[in-house]
Amino acid sequence: MAKPRKPRTSAPDPPVSAARLPWHPPAPPVPTAVLISLAALLVRVLVSVGPYSGQGAAPKFGDYEAQRHWMELTLHLTPSDWYRNTSDNDLAYWGLDYPPLSAYQSLLHGRIINASLPEAVALRSSRGYESVESKLLMRWTVLSSDLLVFFPAALWFVWAYMKLGIGGEERREGWMWLLSMVLMSPCLVLIDHGHFQYNCISLGLTLGATAGVLSRNELVAAALFTLAINHKQMSLYFAPAFFSHLLGKCLKRKYPIVEVTKLAFVVLGTFALVWWPFLHSHEAALQVISRLAPFERGIYEDYVANFWCSTSVIIKWKKLFTIKPLKLMSLSATILAFLPSFIQQVKSPSNLGFLYSLMNSSFSFYLFSYQVHEKSILLPLLPASLLALEEPRMYGWFVYFALFSMYPLICRDQLLLQYVAVLGLFFLIYYSPGGSYGKRSNISCRAKLVLSLPFLCSLLLHITYLQIDPPKRYPFLFDALIMFVCFSQFVILALYTNYKQWMLDTHSRSIGVKKDL
Amino acid sequence: MAYTTSPSTSTAAAVAWAFAAATCVKLLLVPTYRSTDFDVHRYWLALTHALPARQWYTDASSQWTLDYPPFFAYFSRLLSLPAPLVDATLVSVPVPDAPPFAHLLYLRLTVAFSDLLLLGSVLLLARDARRNQRPFLALALVLWSPALLAVDHVHFQYNGFLMGLLLLSLHFLEQEWDLAGGVVFASLLCSKHLFLVAAPVYFMYLFRHYCCGRGVVKGLGRLVLMGSGVAVVFAAAFAPFVYYGQMQQLINRLFPFGRGLCHAYWAPNFWVFYIILDKILAFLLRRLGFNIAIPEASFTGGLVGDSSPFAVLPKVTPIATFLLVILAMAPCLIKAFSNPQPKHIIRLVSNACTCGFMFGWHVHEKASLHFTIPLALIAMDSLNDARHYFLLSIVSCYSLFPLLFENQEYMIKVMLLLTYATLMWEENKSNGMYDLLVIDLQFRIHADHVCEMMRRTCTCLTSFLD
Repeated sequence: MAKPRKPRTSAPDPPVSAARLPWHPPAPPVPTAVLISLAALLVRVLVSVGPYSGQGAAPKFGDYEAQRHWMELTLHLTPSDWYRNTSDNDLAYWGLDYPPLSAYQSLLHGRIINASLPEAVALRSSRGYESVESKLLMRWTVLSSDLLVFFPAALWFVWAYMKLGIGGEERREGWMWLLSMVLMSPCLVLIDHGHFQYNCISLGLTLGATAGVLSRNELVAAALFTLAINHKQMSLYFAPAFFSHLLGKCLKRKYPIVEVTKLAFVVLGTFALVWWPFLHSHEAALQVISRLAPFERGIYEDYVANFWCSTSVIIKWKKLFTIKPLKLMSLSATILAFLPSFIQQVKSPSNLGFLYSLMNSSFSFYLFSYQVHEKSILLPLLPASLLALEEPRMYGWFVYFALFSMYPLICRDQLLLQYVAVLGLFFLIYYSPGGSYGKRSNISCRAKLVLSLPFLCSLLLHITYLQIDPPKRYPFLFDALIMFVCFSQFVILALYTNYKQWMLDTHSRSIGVKKDL
Repeated sequence: MAYTTSPSTSTAAAVAWAFAAATCVKLLLVPTYRSTDFDVHRYWLALTHALPARQWYTDASSQWTLDYPPFFAYFSRLLSLPAPLVDATLVSVPVPDAPPFAHLLYLRLTVAFSDLLLLGSVLLLARDARRNQRPFLALALVLWSPALLAVDHVHFQYNGFLMGLLLLSLHFLEQEWDLAGGVVFASLLCSKHLFLVAAPVYFMYLFRHYCCGRGVVKGLGRLVLMGSGVAVVFAAAFAPFVYYGQMQQLINRLFPFGRGLCHAYWAPNFWVFYIILDKILAFLLRRLGFNIAIPEASFTGGLVGDSSPFAVLPKVTPIATFLLVILAMAPCLIKAFSNPQPKHIIRLVSNACTCGFMFGWHVHEKASLHFTIPLALIAMDSLNDARHYFLLSIVSCYSLFPLLFENQEYMIKVMLLLTYATLMWEENKSNGMYDLLVIDLQFRIHADHVCEMMRRTCTCLTSFLD
């Protein structure tokens, strides 16, 4: 029986109109990872050209001067004098208020700067020292810290995330987009390399600890997280998440007491190592701790988009209560806020649940804790970026409003140009053509309308803050409005992520997923 | 299907995306170092706006006199049109010494705006069949070129606009619209006369491809048509100044041959070896006992005068460099004359620019852009081309590093070059992987075919045996 001859097919022509971007498959992993890291470093270098906080603003200056002053102190004084009020160390002029690892880091950077430009860190005479060379050297210390701590942690995290297949097999191709989201976080770039801070070190250590937890190196993770706490005490915002997840894991193992003891040993040992110079007397240790927790400064300062500041318009907290009851109230509110995610992780720890609990715990501290600064939004932003593949829409929304909450700070530092450029670059990568990320869920038209309202408000506020002078009676009207808009969005986001974490249990139970411990 | 093909995305989206990303980077480059070229163009913006054309080439209120041809002056005038809305002092003569931030931002934005022409030309060229498989790469290599970013958006120049014109004329020639290509090249010459170095190739190619081979009458008619097209362009540019009687002044401004053989920063061309050879010979001959006078004139100085800056080797005159350039271009001219093919035009013109760079008089190192940018568009023709372009682009960008000499720009220029090199490396690797993918697919299809044949044979045999 004669069959029609099958025509010989040649290889399919590559799609003619398709434009293959560098991160479309097939993409070689090592060159692409190097490319993304280099591009992220390039953006940081470019932002560094801009002004730093307090540039030219004598006599107090800003965070840049504080960091330079700490280098001067740690370089020339003995460790016992670092946190004490002495003739050389006037605590009123930018006294050290971060834990000892920050001081060691300042010492290292101070040594490096002293080698090439001693006038910048000379004791007492270098107060308010500003020059082109010193700015460059200081910027390079931040860049090198970022490169040495944050970048390897990000790469380790993405590798662990993909290797373990968190979030399912279909997410594997998104590793490049995830890496870009983690490395190109706009707030982190603007604060660290614009305003001038060293958040990259503590956030990098926390990110490394997260990667360690995911890849089941819990002891390494515990050590790294302890180091993160010892660099900036705000890293404690993540402590409930780490504690609950590790406790939950230990309880599910054969000998929980042994596991817990091992972790406790590592944590205490790391603490002892870092606090060694201050452990010789009770008084020295207390001196440091009193600098780390300045409760006298009040429950909030300036305008930050958290609960106490936003509701202070209606309930004047500072006037109604003294410090002690306010401390108690904020503590209980914070605990209540992170309690659901804490319980969920102790009951049924999982890798994805851990990431959600990181976010929920840091968010609860941001919203309800004592003395929160607007820059602390960086802390919930880190786990949000780690969840970018799971919750792309949530992440984009959060980044936009986190940046918006820092808008007054950006304007004060005259970083508006860098703000616009970095925001533009972020959303270009977020919406990169050919990527299906960010377009996953279908939102109803009515929901879109409701969501666009705060967005339009924010656009309007961007312009009015710059162009229009606020009325004399309320000189901080626009700051307060920005704070309200951001607070409303943060509350919605916090509720959403708490809900998602709580629902993880029921979802996994219904499809019978085996949890790896 | 086990293998996923690359997700389809339109070229237009990729184009807009690449340009937007480049614009964000250009925004971040606004507060960086700017050279005296910034003051030059700032002055020209004010000059062309505030004064009538009669005074453009005669005004001496600033040391940065206008030394580009008239089309560039018209372009400056165009860019200055929205300036009074921003700040009236932007366009007042004399210009203020220390420009406020608004002026800096405005001028940087004009450069980014003029890059739109480059974008358009590259988009047109990327639609060509050979580049169609990787249109994004063509765009990325040109739009994100670190040399272009460093020269245009830090040092401050308008090369993006000029390269856009050049690429546009090359596109027209590739599409065999020779008249349009010639006219656009003429207007490029009237914007920056440095491109005269490519004129011989254009002339040869157009003469042979456009005019010849169609019979004497038609060929002559086409010659007249091309000539009159070019003449119209030149007239539009120079006629007003002929009317004002300023042509001599113009020529003096455009061709300042009083300058030395080399610029203050030596361009990496042939004369560097000549100078080094001269110095080595002088050193050796002095050691051997000959009396070699140390020359008074320096290589990088201004007026050379009569004395030669060379100790041993013969003095180099502008005429000598001109002859050497023509000699070096000879193979290219012969090829353009004997076998003018549209698909080779980019290579021919790049060759001409390279010869001009290698042997020219008072060449700036920025001139390496003129042949590096067009070569980016043929880098994907073959693996060899890709390898050559990889090396060429890195070397030419590195040679531009001395332009950004301040410490602040050190990390910027290094990172720009590193990122670009990694992009090329990644694309080369994945291109190799893409080819492997295609080969693998072919193998699979043939394997399926073989299996199908075997199955049919078995069925035939079994049915035969039944």
